[in-house]
Amino acid sequence: MTDISYPQFLDLAAGVLLLTAIGVLWRHQLAPMIRLLGLQGVALAAIVAILGIHEHKLELILVAIGLGVLRAGVLPWLTWRALGDSPAETRETRPVVNVSASLLAAAALTFLAYVVTRPLVALAPSPATSVLPVAVAVVLIGFFALVTRRRAVAQVVGFLLLDNGITATAFLAAAGVPLIVELGVSFDLLLVVLVLQVLTTRMRAVFGSSDLDELRGLHD
Amino acid sequence: MTHTLSLLVPVAAPLAAAGLYAAAGWRRSTAWMGVVTTALLLADAAGLARTVLREGPIQTAGGLLRADALSAWMLLAIAAVALLVCWASPAYLAAARTEARRARWYGILMHLFIAAMATAVLAGNLGVLWVAIEATTIFTAFLVGHHRTRTALEAAWKYVVICSAAIAIAFLGLVLLYYAARHAGLDSDRALDWISLTGHAHQLDPAVTRIAAGLAVVGFGAKAGLVPLHAWLPDAHSQAPAPVSALMSGVLLSVAFYAVLRVKAIADPTVGPAYLRTVLLILALATLALAAVLLIGQQDYKRMLAYSSMEHMGLIALAAAVGSRVAIAALLLHIAGHGVAKTVAFLSAGQILHHYATTQITGVRALATRLPVLAGLFGLALLALFGFPPAATFASELGIVRASFASGLGWAVAAAIVLVVVAFAALAAHGARMLLGPAADSATVGAGDRSGAVALSGAIPLIVGLAVVTALGISLGPLDGLLHAAAAIVGAP
Repeated sequence: MTDISYPQFLDLAAGVLLLTAIGVLWRHQLAPMIRLLGLQGVALAAIVAILGIHEHKLELILVAIGLGVLRAGVLPWLTWRALGDSPAETRETRPVVNVSASLLAAAALTFLAYVVTRPLVALAPSPATSVLPVAVAVVLIGFFALVTRRRAVAQVVGFLLLDNGITATAFLAAAGVPLIVELGVSFDLLLVVLVLQVLTTRMRAVFGSSDLDELRGLHD
Repeated sequence: MTHTLSLLVPVAAPLAAAGLYAAAGWRRSTAWMGVVTTALLLADAAGLARTVLREGPIQTAGGLLRADALSAWMLLAIAAVALLVCWASPAYLAAARTEARRARWYGILMHLFIAAMATAVLAGNLGVLWVAIEATTIFTAFLVGHHRTRTALEAAWKYVVICSAAIAIAFLGLVLLYYAARHAGLDSDRALDWISLTGHAHQLDPAVTRIAAGLAVVGFGAKAGLVPLHAWLPDAHSQAPAPVSALMSGVLLSVAFYAVLRVKAIADPTVGPAYLRTVLLILALATLALAAVLLIGQQDYKRMLAYSSMEHMGLIALAAAVGSRVAIAALLLHIAGHGVAKTVAFLSAGQILHHYATTQITGVRALATRLPVLAGLFGLALLALFGFPPAATFASELGIVRASFASGLGWAVAAAIVLVVVAFAALAAHGARMLLGPAADSATVGAGDRSGAVALSGAIPLIVGLAVVTALGISLGPLDGLLHAAAAIVGAP
């Protein structure tokens, strides 16, 4: 890869990262949301691989492969399993904020990300840090999806978007946190999704559906 | 070598207990093994405290595990509360007639939870600290959902989703801190080590550190029960089995707040103390106000204790905002005093639940005449939570108030005192109704066990806990030096 194409590849992967996040807000059905999540995992792994090739670090390329397996394979698959097999489960969600308002919010959040990340880019301007706002935008959109979606599975997807954004931030800003921390983080993430998957299964057994509208037993 | 061993025991002993329960299950013979390993943990923490006071901070595994006076103080608090909880667990599980399979999982997850908290306070690296705190969420998720009722599942779901998202925000803060540290010239292996971060705090980029510290404080603060991401706390604490609630309320909240203290020590020299002081003051007063308001109309006594924990975490955040050594010493004493007192309160609430089979305040009447021993223990625990002398909470709350006035934050502490008095009045009114109210007619009492006798084995840990709170309030004895050494680590002179 020549140095001229390196920023372009990076921008392309970051663009896919952002578009898949917005796509999750746009889609009604849960199944396409999970497919978009898988695609975002590929884009995240691509960002890490591009950085690794550019800096000639074999370690980063190996990390990219590991990330790809986890974020584009294992985690979307676990989320898919949490869907269950009844067709009623995969129907559209009734989000707290409707789709057009969500898309407007995504635009506003992306703008906000560009504003708040100015000190981060200013510290070390480079092709990698210049796409940091995109990663932070994905974090914000993920958080937005998490708080405005009602379906349990849609919330898990929102949480994973948030996490993909944070991992992208880590690699773009500082070529990733130390390996032992990265391993711990990935392992924790895997366990969280496993726990959530078990909980959705149990909730479906008790509630009959994992629509979080049913979760109204506890309040003040 | 002995240092390495004493740093490994707090993690290894609970892991061994978890392994034992995984292999042998929960029976009469293994039920007390958890008490043995937790007692070992307490002894090790005491030894560690002596070592760090005499020789200064010690570390092992290339600085991944590190103990200073602050870690030792937190480890002592964890060990003390964990010992009380493990001691009370066999009686609790027996009274709840828990099936063998669930009791086994209870044993495994409880001790993994304790191991994760010990790792968190002994972590020399902020990344490892983060991983350990996130691990506590994972291990306690199924403990919160232990009863498998509709409400327990709902509480577990909210708990995992909110805490994981909040902790992810804290991780974003740590990532940005790492970014700032790398540009301050720290190499990648050292850039998240707390000791090198505080050593190079003046070289960190202030603008990036400001964002990083804000995110980390809000993220870890959510796990400590501070607003705006506090919604998990009352649900999780009211649905979990009482010993789990005790451990979560008594020390898990404080362990999360310990992470806030560590981050604050890095950020203050870089961006100036005014920034995090403002952030913490807002969080503290908002948390206190919310807890006070929701305590007034509370109908569930376990939720009441949960909101009382939020109130106490608000006070702890206020002391952190003040940030002087005197304030931090009062904060650490409050962590210990509140931790043990809240443990006794939750454990006795668990026994009340077994006798009355309801968590409604209106369902519990005339506790003082029906179950005098239990009523006395619950009442004394509430008094300790109010901060009545000679409980340790009296000394610590007084210390927080005096330190706040000394630092010119008199207006904030005045507002806080008003809110604490409101919370106190609400808690006192609910508590008095439970203890003294007229006996309800038997139809509303429910199907609970009303035999009237409180098993001695269930009462002893509670009595010991109350004795500890009182002893800490009267004199710290040998702990005095440790407390002040710990306060000097993160407190401004």
